[in-house]
Amino acid sequence: MTAAATLKAGIGAALAAPVVWLASIVNVPLKFWQRATGTGGMAAFFLAPNMAIFGIFVLVPMIINFFYSATSGTAYFLQDRTYVGLEQYQRLLDCGNYLDTATCHEDLFWKAVHNTGLFVVVQVALMTVVSMATALILNREIVGRSFWRAVFFFPVLLSPVVTGLIWRWILQRQGLLNLIVHDLGGEPHNWLTDRFWAFTAAVSVSVWAHMGFYTLILLAGLQAIPRDLYEAAEMDGTKPARVFWRITLPLLMPNLLVVIVLALIRAVQIFDEVYVLTGGGPGTSTLYITQYIYEIGFASLLRNPGLASAASILMGLVLVVLTLVQLQVGRRGERKGARE
Amino acid sequence: MNKTRTLLAALSVSLLASTSAFAGDVRIMWYSDGVEGDVIQDILNRFMKDNPDIHVTLDNVAYKVIQEQLPIQLEAGQGPDIARVTNIKELAQHWLDLRPLVADPKYWEDNFADRLDWMRPDGSNAIPGFMTQLTLTGGFANKTLFEQAGVPLPGDKATWDDWVKAAAEVAKSQQLPAAFAIDRSGHRISGPNVSFGANYIGPDGMPAKVDDGTKAFVGKLVDWTAKGLMLKDTWVSAAGSTYRAAADDFINAQIPFYYSGSWQVANLSTKIGDSFDWVATGSPCAIAGCSGVKGGAALVAIKYTKNPKDVAKVMDYLAREDVVKEFSERTLFLPAHKGVVDKGGLKWVSADKNVGPALDKFVKAAGETLPAADALPPWKWANAYFAALVTRVSQVMAGELSLDDAWGRIDQDIADKVAEAK
Repeated sequence: MTAAATLKAGIGAALAAPVVWLASIVNVPLKFWQRATGTGGMAAFFLAPNMAIFGIFVLVPMIINFFYSATSGTAYFLQDRTYVGLEQYQRLLDCGNYLDTATCHEDLFWKAVHNTGLFVVVQVALMTVVSMATALILNREIVGRSFWRAVFFFPVLLSPVVTGLIWRWILQRQGLLNLIVHDLGGEPHNWLTDRFWAFTAAVSVSVWAHMGFYTLILLAGLQAIPRDLYEAAEMDGTKPARVFWRITLPLLMPNLLVVIVLALIRAVQIFDEVYVLTGGGPGTSTLYITQYIYEIGFASLLRNPGLASAASILMGLVLVVLTLVQLQVGRRGERKGARE
Repeated sequence: MNKTRTLLAALSVSLLASTSAFAGDVRIMWYSDGVEGDVIQDILNRFMKDNPDIHVTLDNVAYKVIQEQLPIQLEAGQGPDIARVTNIKELAQHWLDLRPLVADPKYWEDNFADRLDWMRPDGSNAIPGFMTQLTLTGGFANKTLFEQAGVPLPGDKATWDDWVKAAAEVAKSQQLPAAFAIDRSGHRISGPNVSFGANYIGPDGMPAKVDDGTKAFVGKLVDWTAKGLMLKDTWVSAAGSTYRAAADDFINAQIPFYYSGSWQVANLSTKIGDSFDWVATGSPCAIAGCSGVKGGAALVAIKYTKNPKDVAKVMDYLAREDVVKEFSERTLFLPAHKGVVDKGGLKWVSADKNVGPALDKFVKAAGETLPAADALPPWKWANAYFAALVTRVSQVMAGELSLDDAWGRIDQDIADKVAEAK
């Protein structure tokens, strides 16, 4: 053994020593635990820290939130609040016609629900199509493929607030876009005070900000499809469109479902970048449920934590239902695929 | 062994230092509109030099933190020892009564009596703090733009219609995006509403339904926005009661007339420099008068402090007449100290020739506010009214609601908030 190798081994042993020492200490109670509880007990032991963190930071706040939704008042401590049962839910659901927000007591909540519904449909569809198209292109042998993959993933690394601010500077009345329009001889437009353009900007910016993540999932799925299937199709002279519909899409379906479910959940929760970009305006045309909850619970001059909690629980229920539906569809797809 | 003990002791001390306040430690949560953060730090440095046993830490935070995070900290029985706040009345239950702690309660009563009701629960005689500045809503005009357009500045008793008409001529002549803007704030439109005869407070002290005064001005405002005379961005490009200032549009000479308030003087002076001349105009007139709304920021002691005596010492120092005078002169804020106001002779620290006349104009305009406006700062439900106005009026401007529907919604929003708070 050379001197360098000896030194390397020595350093390795020195670094490992504290770990070995720690392991020898932990080993005694672990052995005892395994003997007493078997392998099932060991699984519980290793899961316990994670479950404790999940319980403290997710489950307990959820339960507390539920209690808040059954109280009223502006105080934050539960003991200072008045129990009102389902009154907050009744207030939120008090509506003559759910399709006409003007007939609802909490018309802003229903505005937010309608806006979120439209946003989810348009954004998830656009996100899926754009991510799929990008993944298909990046899966091909193009020049600078790694560079382009990094370029499309880069916005995912940005903070949503930074994303919102960048696009606000571009789209505001005295922003970059209007400067370009003006220099080209066009008439500058107030994009963020126009309902259609504000909505379009909200959808486009959120797609731009998150598509890199979904593209990556689809890219992984595309690379897992066996090459020989494409070679066989090519030998048979199958047209590219048919190859896409009959090979790529069915085999990509599990990844696609993951993308749709994740995009759907993310879209229902949309808040930060749109809040910074449009502030929910013009009027309330980009006011989404999470912003409504935030405003009512925290930002309003007179806060209403009970109403905000009730709204968040209703939103949570919608998310649970959507996820279950998506999973059900996914399982059916998998079973059908297995039968074929 | 000794070394280990020393290390453990040092560790314990540093842990304690990071989690609890020592006697002599005072934390102030502070926000700045202009240069007041630097000025107060300078004053506090002098205080600490004179009082070496007290260490004051000034936490400069964004205004949003004061508005959104401080109330939650206070509800949890935590927070700083002293805070600079604008939400003075609604959080009054969290302020410390300094009466038994300050050196001379009579001095506080004599000099701050007028405003103490703004910051204490109804019926209380507590001394929670003092106003670091008085503010008054009012207008600013870009004098240079008016001169370039050849349009004379409307006079002292000019109405809102006069100002909008003149500003529209300037905007047209100078090809500006709009004639004027008002900050997106219920507080800001309340002066004009009162000038048009509005009164938010019912005979029982509870919120009254939206009256003809409010309807008259808000109707005009919506109309001016639809015609492109008022800058649409400020009000329309947000939902809810979010605050938006239009100061940057005035600073960038995009609007010839801007309705905001006296606290903007330092901001305008710093950012405009000598780019153009500007003047404070006071509040335009209407059928009932030419009223703005008073307000301001208060420095209050928090009752959850662990060092009330030290807090009182700091507050006593900052409330001293000479300190208040210096603070006002250097920050260009209107003082709320009776002694300072009565003696007059404030020497505003600014080389900007626009500043002195602007502040003098606000001092003069402070005498023209109407009783219905003066009743708003200490009124518990003012914020409920302001929030409902902003939310619904901006919806009307965006074309989502009719004015008639908006009145009903405003009344309902306020009633809901009153019911929730009871």
